[in-house]
Amino acid sequence: MSDESGHHAYLPRDRSWQPPGLTPEYRSSRLRSPRQPLLRLPTTLSEETGPVFGHALLGPQDDDLIHNYAAAGESALGPRILVHGQLRDQSGRGIAGALVEVWQANAGGRYRHRNEGYLAPLDPNFGGCGRCLSDANGYYRFTTIQPAPYPWPNNPNAWRPAHIHFSLFGPAFAQRLITQMYFEGDPLIWMCPIVNAIPHRQGVESLIARLDMDAAVSMDMLAWRFDITLRGLEQTLFENRSEGL
Amino acid sequence: MARANKPLPESPSQTAGPYVHIGCMPNYSGIEGIYAEDPGRQILDARTSGTRIRIYGYIYDGDGAPLTDAVIETWQADAAGRYPSPQDTRGAADVNFGGWGRKPCDPQTGEFRFATIKPGRVPYPDGRLQAPHITLWIVARGINVGLHTRLYFDDEATANAVDPLLVQVDPQDRVATLIAKSTGGGGFRFDIHLQGADETVFLDM
Ligand SMILES: [Fe+3]
Repeated sequence: MSDESGHHAYLPRDRSWQPPGLTPEYRSSRLRSPRQPLLRLPTTLSEETGPVFGHALLGPQDDDLIHNYAAAGESALGPRILVHGQLRDQSGRGIAGALVEVWQANAGGRYRHRNEGYLAPLDPNFGGCGRCLSDANGYYRFTTIQPAPYPWPNNPNAWRPAHIHFSLFGPAFAQRLITQMYFEGDPLIWMCPIVNAIPHRQGVESLIARLDMDAAVSMDMLAWRFDITLRGLEQTLFENRSEGL
Repeated sequence: MARANKPLPESPSQTAGPYVHIGCMPNYSGIEGIYAEDPGRQILDARTSGTRIRIYGYIYDGDGAPLTDAVIETWQADAAGRYPSPQDTRGAADVNFGGWGRKPCDPQTGEFRFATIKPGRVPYPDGRLQAPHITLWIVARGINVGLHTRLYFDDEATANAVDPLLVQVDPQDRVATLIAKSTGGGGFRFDIHLQGADETVFLDM
């Protein structure tokens, strides 16, 4: 609702759609999940505002993980892919100028991180991070290599499906979200305790990127389409509702 | 024009995992040469108006062990209580203040630290003034949905007593989990407990 001070409330988060804090099959959640109920309140200016990022932040290769850590004339190993989609709010409106940050394992399933001990080799030409800003209609795109699945110590023979981590900002801090993108057709998706923390199958489906042959670049790279929805304003829906009456 | 009234579902959250630093603070994680500077590393600069403060503390898990792999983000108003965001339409905020920070917990000790300014008071939707506060957002391995809480200040007792959010904390003795304690010289200690008798009040806003 909007009041005379110009206040615009965001829709409350649908917690039945989001993973609960405690998901015992994902072991790390046991000691890191609050046990008291969250204090649920309408948004205030503190949640309805958020940091602004501009193109001055970005370097020329920030959205090209194939090259942004590679030596001159070289490139990261692995299948070259384009990942793209629309960032939109719950009314379906594209979110312009939003910072999208991504990170991922290399083509062998290895992260470039001090705590990472998987025996797959590091790729000297792959750092594993990138970022971009969405355009005027909310579209984002970056190029990278297809990450591999990797094992993790959650339970015997546990493997993460291939995935890319996404960190997302909307204009309001209430919209802040970190999630993961999976790849259509990966059988490991349905065995993963992190994925299975999501209560609804349609929720999981919404994190699975679709092979997008229309956007593939011939003789260069396959493309994957991944749309992301952040929280929306109550007011937008109120207006829509009025129109529908 | 007929449009769907039902909102699209928000994309489900997934844990940031143990390697969140790669994407959110690559220079800190040792991946240098891609970004000139990790975003959110500096919240203020020498020209920022306001009283300098330093916040430090730990995030404890259910066994009382500090998290060493978490990332904490901060969002706050400037010294006059204005947000450096186009969503705040009440007037221009301090042009020398971004309002947003992002810090790692120390990989050995778990301590997080950030230097900022004391925020001003911001109105609640009904016009009442909120007590000065900083919004915190915590992500880590084992956290399925980023945890949202607020930091208030123990030297603002009068404002805290009538803060429109704090007065809704139930039971009221849990308000103490949201108050940073002054340690002198502009320092404030703020510990976060994910579970247990001192569990921090987390917000769903
Ligand atoms: Fe991962």
